[in-house]
Amino acid sequence: MSETKQISENAVEVRNVFKNYGDVEALRDLTLQFPKGQLTSLLGPSGCGKTTLLKIIAGLIPATSGEVLVNGKPVTGPGPDRAFVFQDFALLPWATVLRNVAFGLELRGVPKPQREEIAVKYIKDVGLSGFEQSYPHELSGGMRQRVGLARALSVDAQVLLMDEPFSAVDEQTRRKFQEDLLSLVQNENKTFLFVTHSIEEAVYVSDQIAILLPRPSRVSEIIRPTGFRNKDKDSIRRDAEYLDIVDKIWASLRTYVE
Amino acid sequence: MLSRSNLLKLLSAFFVFGAWEVAGRIPVSFAFPTFLESMTALSILIWDGTLFTAYGETLRPLVVGILISGFLGIGIGLFIGLNRKLDWLVSPIFVVMQTAPLAALIPLLVMAYGIGLTSKVFVVCIMAMPVIALNTGGAVRNTPASIKEMGLSFLGTRSDIVLKIVLPAASPVIFAGLRLGISAGFIGAILAELKITPTGVGDIITYSRSIADYPSMYAAIFSIIVLAVVFLNLLEKLERILFGGLNRGYASE
Repeated sequence: MSETKQISENAVEVRNVFKNYGDVEALRDLTLQFPKGQLTSLLGPSGCGKTTLLKIIAGLIPATSGEVLVNGKPVTGPGPDRAFVFQDFALLPWATVLRNVAFGLELRGVPKPQREEIAVKYIKDVGLSGFEQSYPHELSGGMRQRVGLARALSVDAQVLLMDEPFSAVDEQTRRKFQEDLLSLVQNENKTFLFVTHSIEEAVYVSDQIAILLPRPSRVSEIIRPTGFRNKDKDSIRRDAEYLDIVDKIWASLRTYVE
Repeated sequence: MLSRSNLLKLLSAFFVFGAWEVAGRIPVSFAFPTFLESMTALSILIWDGTLFTAYGETLRPLVVGILISGFLGIGIGLFIGLNRKLDWLVSPIFVVMQTAPLAALIPLLVMAYGIGLTSKVFVVCIMAMPVIALNTGGAVRNTPASIKEMGLSFLGTRSDIVLKIVLPAASPVIFAGLRLGISAGFIGAILAELKITPTGVGDIITYSRSIADYPSMYAAIFSIIVLAVVFLNLLEKLERILFGGLNRGYASE
């Protein structure tokens, strides 16, 4: 009984995952749970295997051993229950915003009128109305990532995998994105897996922060901010607990930064 | 009103033909006719129908060879690009084809396939196919990994990824290869007619040279260049229709 409850509470479970690239050990015996409906950050210095772990969960690369469960089902490849937001946006440069957003549905065989109707809704949700017929090169970095986000939302997957989604956008846009992400987590009943190398960003947006340490990668610590999660977006960055957690994470990571 | 780019094209043609005319009048060689003499000879060739009969002959190996090179070249290139082992296996053959001194190999082709259409088609293919296949292979191999990953993660099948991601992404370089390949094919078609049996345009060139009718010889050479340019422009139009080159900012003009 307790086991089934465990499964229903976690959208994603990573159990004893190893990943080797030849002789290089990228992940060693990594076990981690991602609670349903929450945002979990994978935070760590570069080269710690955050993106590798995310791609294993996405089913894009196989683990050497161990298993990944999404809603209790083992992952064998990409699935309709997961959608990916890419660091470099991964938009089709020859396609309009509308086709890019609808592309996930296009690959699933949804007929054109339906998928475009859904795409238009999500283009509006991410604030890009009026840009349906624009091409990616006509948009700013921030707007391109909104297209990537709309594409991931439009396939209506329960789990959103975000690989450093805001690292290629400017600082102001990034802050706006972080605030929008908080509303998204609250309003959409989805589970978010969020890879970042920014400590402030992780603490600001996360319900749970998994700190990964490199060579070989392992989870060193899991932090769950509690005090400020329900506070106003503007006051989080001044909250004492927020600042304490940022300091604490930096203290544990600084030895790994060259 | 002429657009700026068309005006510049006209101006450039005017300078080239002007230089030709001047060089012919100096004359740099008695075997080098002026532009106007060559154009007169060209209009005579067109008027009495010689040129059309000649092209009826020349276009056969050219069109067949280019069609084979285009379809087979892009097809093989696609496999080369998608499969590393096949790349190692097949690419060297094309590199050899591309670098081999073709004129010296033509007697071998004639011994194997005779002096008919087959040998000429072979010459066109040897000239045109390597650059088409190698360009396609390179372009396919260099498709950005992240958009292929995107296709996979959104549940694209292998054919979805090839048709909706890899081919459009590779299309600019594939078309660049086609342009180079087709130009080479034109050279191959004339080379075949000069080296195997004098037919078509190659016959006009050989014959008028042998009777020292240089204006006709240059008229024939000029006509094949014009045809090649027209054909390449049509190809560019086709690319724009198929892949909307303008929207990606790479097609010329």
